[in-house]
Amino acid sequence: MTTIAHETAPLTRRKRRWEGLPYWLILPTVVYLGLFFVWPMIQSFGLALRDESGWSITAFKTMVNDPAFGEAMGFTFLLIAVVVPLQFFLALGMALLLNAKLRFGGIFLYIFLLPLAISDLAAGIVWSAIFTERGYLNTILEGVGVLDQPHIWLDPTNKTQLVIAVAAAEIWRSTTFMMVILFAGLQGIPRDYGEAAEVFGAGFFRRVRHVILPMLKPSIQVALLLRLIFAFEVFAVVIAITGRGATVLAAEAYRWQATNMNEHVAAAYSVVILGLSLAAAAVVLVVLRTPRERRLR
Amino acid sequence: MSNEDEGNRLSWDEPVDRRTALAAAGGVGAALALGGLAGASRATAGPSQNVGTVTAFFNQYQTVDAQNAIRNVILKNFNGKVEPIFAATAGSFIDRLRAEARAGKGNIDVVVGLHGDFVTLQNERLIRGIGDVARDIKSLSPPLVTTGKLGTKTQFYVPHSQATYIMVANKEVLPLLPKGANIDALTYGQVFAWAKAIRKKTGQNRFGLPASDTGLIHRFFQGFLVPSFTGGFVTEFRSKRAEQAWDYMRQLWEYTHPQALTYSFMQDALLSEEVLLGWDHVARLNVGLERRPDDLVAFPVPRGPAARSYMPVVVGLGIPSQNPPNLAGAKALIKYLTTIRSQAQVPASLGFFPVVSGKLSRSLGPGLLAEAAAIRKQQRAPDASQALLPVGIGAEGGNFNNVYRDTFTRIVRNGENIKTVLKEQGDKLQAIFDKTGAPCWAPDPPSGKARCRVK
Repeated sequence: MTTIAHETAPLTRRKRRWEGLPYWLILPTVVYLGLFFVWPMIQSFGLALRDESGWSITAFKTMVNDPAFGEAMGFTFLLIAVVVPLQFFLALGMALLLNAKLRFGGIFLYIFLLPLAISDLAAGIVWSAIFTERGYLNTILEGVGVLDQPHIWLDPTNKTQLVIAVAAAEIWRSTTFMMVILFAGLQGIPRDYGEAAEVFGAGFFRRVRHVILPMLKPSIQVALLLRLIFAFEVFAVVIAITGRGATVLAAEAYRWQATNMNEHVAAAYSVVILGLSLAAAAVVLVVLRTPRERRLR
Repeated sequence: MSNEDEGNRLSWDEPVDRRTALAAAGGVGAALALGGLAGASRATAGPSQNVGTVTAFFNQYQTVDAQNAIRNVILKNFNGKVEPIFAATAGSFIDRLRAEARAGKGNIDVVVGLHGDFVTLQNERLIRGIGDVARDIKSLSPPLVTTGKLGTKTQFYVPHSQATYIMVANKEVLPLLPKGANIDALTYGQVFAWAKAIRKKTGQNRFGLPASDTGLIHRFFQGFLVPSFTGGFVTEFRSKRAEQAWDYMRQLWEYTHPQALTYSFMQDALLSEEVLLGWDHVARLNVGLERRPDDLVAFPVPRGPAARSYMPVVVGLGIPSQNPPNLAGAKALIKYLTTIRSQAQVPASLGFFPVVSGKLSRSLGPGLLAEAAAIRKQQRAPDASQALLPVGIGAEGGNFNNVYRDTFTRIVRNGENIKTVLKEQGDKLQAIFDKTGAPCWAPDPPSGKARCRVK
């Protein structure tokens, strides 16, 4: 009896000490986030809602009345509408390909990962060298006789072509990002489920549709969530390829800060970007939510 | 570059020749005082004692070639270590100096910026008087040194280099010049006819302007197009002549390369022959003219109904007001950069032109000589008129540029009504002057101490 009493006392004390530990462990992260994310965010709200004389919505008025605002908003959404769905299916295909554990499949992973290692501005410059009038694309097309004279792909009066050019660069650059998340999710799905479905005669597409996709939902949610948030921040690729021919919200925020030196309007843009990202995140979280009881594990 | 090939010989040491001297106008529109150069060629290369580490903060010379030249050529013989920092944008340049002033602790010893930057810096008391440095510098032309006083009695910066904007064409399109046109004295009408003829011949729009975010097209509107038509760029912003100018721009855009909105440096488009006729800052045309001197030709900007307006650019050297860590070093560096020897390295290294008077050495590259010749013709044209960079509007400089860029976007790209746009943008322009109280500057008629008014 006495031995037990002796043993339990230090145990509870130890237990109590451990209870606080998780909070201590996340403290550095909380401090870091607070200092470098939350505080600047509050500051940018403050900047957006002030001008030299005090509180005001002048910055938002200036932003909305700026001729580039509507254009930036439109192009950002258009780009998201084109890029994100395409990317999703491509990323899923790539992830399934890797997951099929083909021979030399690892090589695909390295090839897919290459664009991730390149900065987005560098990617934009590479693609602008492809699409510019004296660029690689025209040289090749002329070389094989498809074109008689160079075609101008980056023509600001032709928005479709601009979207295609930017979308091509964006898809090349960041599809792997989604793929990595989906691939990780796929690896968490036990093979037995697929094999069981196969026994019951389900073909590849039926297995993807009815087994893999539902089980992959949490990963899809994360992938879409992050991708959408990044999509609202797209910037360097658009600037490098289209110059002033098209503009997006983040590019306008940068332009107001760096070129026009008006931090209030720049902050107003960043508030809009934040709002849109939050809204998009909320939509993804609601639409793709997985009830607790249906989660794997 | 040629400086290094020549060893000890200065490329700037030939006797002064009034006719061939590069008449530099500087920020005040005064021609350079000539003379005094021949005797000064034995100027010392720098301080005799090592002055330690000097941090220089640049808002100019941002191309990779220029940055390398600063490190490896211009600063090579300085008796001390120089830590050059290049600001990514005009905004980050001012921001850093502001932040250092607010923190009460600075790392910057020498500031290298445009005349207009110094106006802003002086407004915000971010730079100190450097009269003692200027007094010791004998090599520079007095009128240019005076510009560094920013209209006060105190010397705030010492000029380091100068530049302007010119036009360049591919020789292939010279036969398409309108009949009777003299390439050295074109009119805006003739440039338009030329661009049109080029399209007719080549089937493609081959006129070019640097219209990307990092291009300088707003300077074209401010210093060239609008004042050439109206004679001013603020007061006459809404005038009938201004309407004509923007109507002209709208029509010219029809013959402008669609990718102009992606151009930052016209030399790239001229080298790739996407563009056969273009306008830009000399430092952004230099590589093109240097590489293909036999194919490209440089010439003065056109004249409009009012004048042949052009914008001179002056780069200066100053010292922050906020305790620079190495004040003695900063002063030594400024003196070193304004010696004849150092100035002689400016053209070939930076693509800008020196601020000491004299004759450009023929050993310089063909591009620089071609640019110098075009600048000379431009400055000496009887109808030449200078439009200066904004003075006294301080931090509103960005908004000021934006007024012109937005006017362009709305009228030319979106096809809005010219009168309406000029009225609305004119209000925005006026708001800048109401806020800053800045008086008019050349070429607008002086408004004394009163703020400038858009008519």
